[in-house]
Amino acid sequence: MSSLAVRKTAPAASTTPGTAQGPPLGRRIALVPTLTLLLGAIYCLLPVAWVLIAATKSGSELFSTFTFFPGTGFADNVSDLNAYRDGVYWKWMGNSALYAGVGALLSTAVSAVSGYALAIYRFKGRETIFSVLMAGVLMPPVILAIPQYLLMAKADLADTYWSVLLPLVLSPYGVYLSRIYAAAAVPGDVVEAGRMDGASEWRIFTRIALPMMVPGLVTVFLFQFVAVWNNFLLPYIMLSDDEKFPITLGLFTLLEQGSNTPALYTLVITGALLAVIPLIALFLVIQRFWSLDLLSGAVKS
Amino acid sequence: MTSARRRSYGVKGAPYAHPSPTTTLKRARSAPYFFLLPATVLFALFFALPIGYAVWLSLHKVQVNGLGLGSGARREVWAGFENYADALTDSELLDGALRVLGYGAIVVPVMLGLALVFALMLDSDKVKLAPFTRLAIFLPYAIPGVVAALLWGFLYLPDVSPFYFVLEKLGLPQPDLLDGGGLYAALSNIAVWGGTGFNMIVIYTSLQAIPTEVYEAAKLDGATPLQIALRIKIPMVAPSLVLTFFFSIIATLQVFSEPTTLKPLTNSVSTTWSPLMKVYRDAFGEGDIYSAAAGAVIIAVATLVLSFGFLRAANSRNKRDDSQGAVR
Repeated sequence: MSSLAVRKTAPAASTTPGTAQGPPLGRRIALVPTLTLLLGAIYCLLPVAWVLIAATKSGSELFSTFTFFPGTGFADNVSDLNAYRDGVYWKWMGNSALYAGVGALLSTAVSAVSGYALAIYRFKGRETIFSVLMAGVLMPPVILAIPQYLLMAKADLADTYWSVLLPLVLSPYGVYLSRIYAAAAVPGDVVEAGRMDGASEWRIFTRIALPMMVPGLVTVFLFQFVAVWNNFLLPYIMLSDDEKFPITLGLFTLLEQGSNTPALYTLVITGALLAVIPLIALFLVIQRFWSLDLLSGAVKS
Repeated sequence: MTSARRRSYGVKGAPYAHPSPTTTLKRARSAPYFFLLPATVLFALFFALPIGYAVWLSLHKVQVNGLGLGSGARREVWAGFENYADALTDSELLDGALRVLGYGAIVVPVMLGLALVFALMLDSDKVKLAPFTRLAIFLPYAIPGVVAALLWGFLYLPDVSPFYFVLEKLGLPQPDLLDGGGLYAALSNIAVWGGTGFNMIVIYTSLQAIPTEVYEAAKLDGATPLQIALRIKIPMVAPSLVLTFFFSIIATLQVFSEPTTLKPLTNSVSTTWSPLMKVYRDAFGEGDIYSAAAGAVIIAVATLVLSFGFLRAANSRNKRDDSQGAVR
């Protein structure tokens, strides 16, 4: 955590310029915001810190030693997890990576073309198409998931990778964000110039517009990646073969069994720790490519 | 405007190898429809069709002839609003709805209140560690609801929880977080923990978009940061507050994975704790997809009515100063 703090304080100087007057009074007041934010950070990091420590404890230590006191069983826990049903845990992780990676990639591609079309062209039915797509945001996943399952079953696709992948490719929020980015990042003049040079509309999109939209599309990709990785309801409904489970569903079934056999608690805890590491790592590594601000659809012009 | 300009080129006759302007124009006219083809097809297959099918199912039921064996013994017949009438008088669904409303009444104000406070703090002058705390508070967004519920679930278990340890050392009473009223607090906490950071970022972004000149004058007049926050900043980010409120209501009414995950740890989360859990049980536990479809449609309509009702109320209030309009 400390290395993170150090790395993140460097750009702070440029983003929060102090006011020139800077009376000592102001310095005293800044204490309140800083402390409040620190409390918030502690609250948010607490369960992560707990799982980090709990994963080091052996089954007996978990219930006998003080919560925040590290144990001695981490290596055993990991090897137990590896051994559990021939390493099905890693299968779940791989499945999650597959669902989230491929799903987010396809989703970003669809969002990019749709957002671009909605932002750049003036055509009949533009607002209608946009509104209808946006209405998808409001549809509760449950009203979709159950009939989606029944339809998938009719098409013989239930309990396949496709059943979890396909329904998530169209992301109304992704289309919305892409439209905003395209409108802000791709000047109409440039598109017009491309036409003058005789480029096809598709070529204008792939060669000119797409590179301009990349920073926004990275955000769309990550947003969708997190959304698919965290998804529970859809795989819970679609899948019955646990070889195809994503990690969320896998951990859930592990916990369900663990409630009868507390010996599995350590497996669940270690599994939870290893499951959050990739996403936290992803967050930290790609932060600089990912503008958090873009997530809310705000684009500075 | 652009087409007019290009047409004038056409009249002059382009002397070089440019393609005829009218063909480009025609291509430009059909291009957006090609670009929107994948989204439209996916929408039809995975949104429109399932919704239509759910509505169709909700209006039907199965009629069993004789023992229900053999082909043709089970027929789908028109049920009209029977499933809806059953669902709306079903005490399990209504109890679930009340539980979720109570849960939402805690989650939404606490989560958005915290998100607003943190966003304002991040936006204030001379705050230390801002990038680190911003990332830390946003971090739970990356953690799946199931894993969040799992982590907090263990923190609620008296045998492993540090809170109980501290309370015990201090000789204080230890609340039961997995039962009765404590369960609401426990579930709300998971949602607040997971959602505050995302909402904070949305609000913080719109705070950053306010030009400093707007409150520079107030600052010179000696307004305190608190006054500036209350009188200037909060009114100016009202549109993004409306947006976060809107999404929070939708997410809250559909709570599913957190109570489902806590279920193995306690006996007080029933299979019908939230309306969505009941719909799931109807469909897959009891195999009654018709009732489940009616339940799902009711939840969807309730969500839309509640969220749009709120949106309308908020918009009519903010109409005058809502010039940027985060919500369109």
